[in-house]
Amino acid sequence: MLTVMRIRTIGYFVREALKSLNRNSWMVLASVGTVAVSLIIVGVSLITVMNATYLATRLESNVEIIAYMKTEVNEEEALALKKEINKIPGIAKLQFINKDQALQEFRRELGDQKNMVDALGGQNPLPHLFKISAIAPEDVEKVAGALEKMKQMEKVDYGKNVVDKLFAITKWVRLVGIVVIVLLGLAAVFLIATTIRLTVFARRKEIQIMKILGATDWFIRWPFLMEGIVLGFTGAIIAVVIVDLSYVTATDYVRENLNLGLFGLQTDPHFLMALGAAMLGVGTFIGALGSSISIRRFLKV
Amino acid sequence: MSKNIITVYLRGVIFLMINMINVSKVYPNGSKALTDITLRIEKGEFVFLVGPSGAGKSTLTKLIFREEQPTRGQLLFHGKNIARYKPREIPFLRRAIGVIFQDFKLLPNKTVSENVAFALEVIEASGREIKKSVPEALELVGLSNKADAMPAQLSGGEQQRVAIARAIVNNPPLVIADEPTGNLDPDTSWEIVHLLQEINKCGTTVLMATHAKEIVDGMRKRVIALEKGRVARDEERGAYGYED
Ligand SMILES: Nc1ncnc2c1ncn2[C@@H]1O[C@H](COP(=O)(O)OP(=O)(O)O)[C@@H](O)[C@H]1O
Ligand SMILES: [Mg+2]
Repeated sequence: MLTVMRIRTIGYFVREALKSLNRNSWMVLASVGTVAVSLIIVGVSLITVMNATYLATRLESNVEIIAYMKTEVNEEEALALKKEINKIPGIAKLQFINKDQALQEFRRELGDQKNMVDALGGQNPLPHLFKISAIAPEDVEKVAGALEKMKQMEKVDYGKNVVDKLFAITKWVRLVGIVVIVLLGLAAVFLIATTIRLTVFARRKEIQIMKILGATDWFIRWPFLMEGIVLGFTGAIIAVVIVDLSYVTATDYVRENLNLGLFGLQTDPHFLMALGAAMLGVGTFIGALGSSISIRRFLKV
Repeated sequence: MSKNIITVYLRGVIFLMINMINVSKVYPNGSKALTDITLRIEKGEFVFLVGPSGAGKSTLTKLIFREEQPTRGQLLFHGKNIARYKPREIPFLRRAIGVIFQDFKLLPNKTVSENVAFALEVIEASGREIKKSVPEALELVGLSNKADAMPAQLSGGEQQRVAIARAIVNNPPLVIADEPTGNLDPDTSWEIVHLLQEINKCGTTVLMATHAKEIVDGMRKRVIALEKGRVARDEERGAYGYED
């Protein structure tokens, strides 16, 4: 009884599935569209969460405080202040960076666009600055507060605010994303189930004849399952194409037009590939689930 | 003694196509379609099943290809109790039985030869088998020249021939026909019955439920008469025996 599925049998299933897809074109459009839209939202949310997480970890790994001095403060005054700063409790490392070093570092970070610095024509608009690491992350805020009180300081920057904000955003994106995805996913499953139900109904006479002719239950079920899978998979392909194209366009735009340096978008091809594969997998699963529901409920074999 | 039991058993397997023992069928709505039916049909027989409308003829045929299950009693097919078939074995029971209906049950969007090929497709026959068997079956029913026609383009008699070709294309040992001539004029009915007789001559057992008195009386085959769900008569070379 364990016969390998014949090629012509598989051909038969595919043919039958395509035929009935052709018949219910409005339902097909609705279900493929819903799968596509829900997967696009899945894709966009995942990309957002991934990028935010990636950014957050990059920022968090250097939770150091940077204290920019006022431009009128000269190097001696700054070095004198170093002793002062060292008295603040909770400091692990204190490094003075004079404005020339700072400019060099900035040039390095700019990479291709370092000619922007050359355009300054030998002028250095940067202030002297201190890089400070706290002993413990909890100390960062206290140390930063103490630094801010010093009148020589222009600005005290530390990553924590940004990280906190990022985490708040990712949490929000995740929550809204999950709710929307679940709702749209249910709608997609429901629409596919309805499409398959229409097919089962349109072909009830044929199903009855197949049973009398001795078709096995699975032989009867396969074309319906295939139909759902085709619906889900097609929706997923549309979503993958849209998400990937717009993401690539977005990353290109960000790289070329917004000079964010450290804050650029993640452009890992493996990430995009894994995301695409996941979306196709989810789409196929939605299709199979939708048709299984209708097969169970309406295909009495 | 034990030898005798074995003989009885082997006889059942070797000669008996159908063996019904005290079979009753009560539908879920309480209607008693069959009561205490006991009958045997041997391999190679041609049997008419007659009786007025509502006598239980269709129900009896449905029990054999397990569209319905008996409420009581045993129904043995080739010596095997069909109640014992597991759900996944039922398709294989049905492949041994060709069924023909009054309303033909052809697929309107398939050609004649596609309709016949469908019977082989659903049992996953090979392409070679389909190419060989379909023209043979159409030849047997005399429709080789209509292979590419659609069912709607055929007369009732021709449509029933297609249905017969579909029923026998995989050489089942048993053919069940439930009022196959119910929608046909007398001449066409005779053609259909003669075709079934030809099929029977090739060794296929035929069970035909019918209303057609003329045909039953003219054929002089075994007649099982049902009345109100019971066997009223069972005669070799019988006649219809009702005035209805
Ligand atoms: N699916 C069903 N549900 C309930 N009652 C049925 C069903 N099929 C047949 N019957 C009843 O069983 C009896 C026998 O019907 P049937 O076997 O169709 O007789 P026949 O084919 O001889 O006309 C009738 O009283 C009919 O109403
Ligand atoms: Mg009937």
